[in-house]
Amino acid sequence: MDNMATENDRLIRYREDEAVDHAAVTVDSFLDQSSASAVRVEPGDDARELIPHLERLALVEVNFPAFGDGRGYSSARLLREAGYEGELRAVGDVLVDQVAYMRRCGFDAFDPDAPLDESDLEAALDRWPEVYQPAADSRTPIWTKRHA
Amino acid sequence: MYLYDQYDQAMVDARVEEFRDQARRRLEGKLSEDQFKPLRLMNGLYLQLHAYMLRVAIPYGTLNSRQMHALADIADKYDRGYGHFTTRQNIQYNWIKLEEAADLLADLAKDEMHAIQTSGNCIRNISSDHFAGAAADELVDPRPYAELLRQWSSFHPEFSYLPRKFKIAVIASDTDRAAMRLHDIGIQVVEQDGELGAAFYVGGGMGRTPMIAPCIKDFVPLDRLVTYSEAILRVYNRFGRRDNKYKARIKILVHEMGKDSFTQAVDEEFARMLDEGIEPPFAELERIRTFFEDPLFETGASEDIDRSDPDFALWVDRNTVAHKASGYVSAVISLKPVGGIPGDATSEQMRLMADLAKDYSFDELRVMHTQNIVLPHVRKADLHALWTALDEAGLGSPNLDTIEDIIACPGLDYCSLANARSIPVAQKISERFAANGKTEALGQLKLKISGCINACGHHHAGHIGILGVDKKGVENYQLLLGGSEAEDVSLAKITGPGFDEAGIVNAVETAADVYLREREDGERFLDTYRRIGMAPFKEALYG
Repeated sequence: MDNMATENDRLIRYREDEAVDHAAVTVDSFLDQSSASAVRVEPGDDARELIPHLERLALVEVNFPAFGDGRGYSSARLLREAGYEGELRAVGDVLVDQVAYMRRCGFDAFDPDAPLDESDLEAALDRWPEVYQPAADSRTPIWTKRHA
Repeated sequence: MYLYDQYDQAMVDARVEEFRDQARRRLEGKLSEDQFKPLRLMNGLYLQLHAYMLRVAIPYGTLNSRQMHALADIADKYDRGYGHFTTRQNIQYNWIKLEEAADLLADLAKDEMHAIQTSGNCIRNISSDHFAGAAADELVDPRPYAELLRQWSSFHPEFSYLPRKFKIAVIASDTDRAAMRLHDIGIQVVEQDGELGAAFYVGGGMGRTPMIAPCIKDFVPLDRLVTYSEAILRVYNRFGRRDNKYKARIKILVHEMGKDSFTQAVDEEFARMLDEGIEPPFAELERIRTFFEDPLFETGASEDIDRSDPDFALWVDRNTVAHKASGYVSAVISLKPVGGIPGDATSEQMRLMADLAKDYSFDELRVMHTQNIVLPHVRKADLHALWTALDEAGLGSPNLDTIEDIIACPGLDYCSLANARSIPVAQKISERFAANGKTEALGQLKLKISGCINACGHHHAGHIGILGVDKKGVENYQLLLGGSEAEDVSLAKITGPGFDEAGIVNAVETAADVYLREREDGERFLDTYRRIGMAPFKEALYG
């Protein structure tokens, strides 16, 4: 129970719905069984394999074992492009200086190994007045605004 | 040239404040060095042997005089009164304090400059033809496409933690002045059935495994340029190797997958992305193009040049290049004085170049990947006045593309990666050939020196290349022959055992002498090497 409480303290969600309360399974075991609704994508996994099964997924965790390994950004974005609307949670070595880009790639929850400083997080998410390019969020790129 | 609007300015200003906050957290100990490192690198800040080095982006190498003045002021305020122009058309300062870096970035932002993504495992500053908009042989000015890609790649949320750095060059001429096929992506703007489009070359690079990029798509319509680039980057981000940093560049992925499989993966990703709304409105490309329209060239400008001063005539012959407008040339300011440090300029020299650009070149300067500066649009009638001013400031060396026009990385004098010094070797070679008088006879001979296997000095692409290595604690220099970064791209080959510092200078002269003995009419060094092969050179060097 103590572990659970600690985890909930660290969990940051930008969603209204209830968090899934059971553990995520690996991509391989998810593809083998029909009951799981939460899956964890590792950097080497092909997130596209989940696309035929998106309707039964409520939580996709994307693991960042090291913050410098950026494969998870593509995993997140291609799932959003495929129409996934459930929770997309970045877990692992998730640092405050990466969360703004993660939000742009479609992540709407964070479960970092080390807690994020609240004011640093707020500053990071408020940092960018505009964006240059479209991504998985709804922000309008500068080049569209220029010609609106 | 391109000018920021309120959006561009807001983004650069936000970046300065982000970095200021990150540097504060680092200095307070809230960020570890491991956590801070990629953040500072993406703001151009390296930790070198003696101090921090800061690399400023010069998008597609283009500057106005106000910006060049600002670079001079920064050299005085934050460094030791000089800067170093690099092989990717940027400038770097060698003696920066972390505590002052954010203020430096804020000063840059005031003049529409930045150091964003000049380092780190992200899409780097985009380079282009240094004669863009001036060259007699170009199809169109390539810089609008480079600018569009600059915007797309700036703060890209998906591609900021790539397996490794990622470099893009854009050209629009069959003459390649940007080493296009030695980039991760090389783009050539081409025309097909009256339509403009882009040929994509992917997977070139130098470093420890040099490769020439194959063409993976000979025509991508201009209104798909960004989407196709995004598809390439996604395939690379997902499948590029991350187990070994020496095998992490896209060239290894293209090589291991094979060109055809790689191209197929990109095409599949591209097909999926077409409906994602990634492409900018075409009006944005048209807006950018308006910044690169021709300056108001004087019609009927005189074609005559008074060649009565032989020193001036030599400089005109060596350092000026044909221009698309009659009565004009592009004039190259050599940063390669005999015995000097290739690519270095003092703040006073920067200010003079800025003022001369204002007086004689429509307020525009370019940084060349060969570490020289171009005034792109100079009236022939103004050349003598220009040369006189340059010559008085030690900037009049008549040595473009000669053996004295050496590319050299900073080497062990500055760089923490280097195995050997590059600068003293470059200095000794230029002194040797200035003294023996062979420079003129040798004609075009591109000599490039790297102080380690990472090849920042482009030694693989030198007609003559030199690679500094560490041999049991002693600096040792390997000699390479036959490389080219141009449209006749090729990779140089090692001649044999290396030399010590004095020996490599002699070896270069020996190789040059073989050329002078063996050449046929009109042949450059490279042509002779390609005709006769390595054997006569080996015989002379080691025989």
